[in-house]
Amino acid sequence: MLKIEFTKVNDHFILSLSGEIDASNSVDLDAAIQEILEQGAKKILVDGTQLEYISSAGLGVFMSYLEEFQEKEIQIIIFGLLEKVHQVFIILGLDKLISIKNTQEEALEAMA
Amino acid sequence: MIDRLKLYCNTNQLAILRDFLTKTLQDTGMGDIEKHQVILAVEEVCANLMIHSHLCNPNSFISVRAVLHEEEVVFEIVDMGQGFNILEYQEPELAEVVKTKRKGGLGIMLVKKIMDRIEFETNGQKNTCRLIKILKSK
Repeated sequence: MLKIEFTKVNDHFILSLSGEIDASNSVDLDAAIQEILEQGAKKILVDGTQLEYISSAGLGVFMSYLEEFQEKEIQIIIFGLLEKVHQVFIILGLDKLISIKNTQEEALEAMA
Repeated sequence: MIDRLKLYCNTNQLAILRDFLTKTLQDTGMGDIEKHQVILAVEEVCANLMIHSHLCNPNSFISVRAVLHEEEVVFEIVDMGQGFNILEYQEPELAEVVKTKRKGGLGIMLVKKIMDRIEFETNGQKNTCRLIKILKSK
């Protein structure tokens, strides 16, 4: 079960992920990011506080946008990951490629 | 203790697999983070077979057997047909994944980093992949 919501707050978008992302629903994450980009987002905060699980299908979606984010100078920061989910990012070394912060406040501060 | 699950090749079955694995691992003495990782590794192999070997054909199925020993837990994943030898698969570099914008390749990387031992055997029809995790705290 996965719930995805996004809202625009001031100059940034908050993408909230709740539940489990696997190969059955990672396309929904892809579609949500696509929609945010179509709305002209330059700063994206991903709220991971309710994210219980993410498999490589979901991680792959984030990875597939990294180059585009860099080219278009779009900032993305993930915050609030549960430790078990955070560890998965660390195992693959994705924490070196995507900025991950503990709280929304820290993520906002880190936004240029 | 031995648990078995028959899993049809539809990715909406993955949640059922996670429930099965959670129950299997509950008495292993593993910590929550380690359990989470082992569940993820087994799911990655099963999802890979469902999608790439069986093209999400809901009539095909794979069998998952979990055997809990004193010092290790063994997950045996069996499917019929064109085998996928995880040991021969050369996973891409992370930089290549980013550059080519490919969405795959990370799963097998996770499996190899999480599990302590991986075995694969096939007789040309029946393929068996074994994922073994050593129980350190038992």
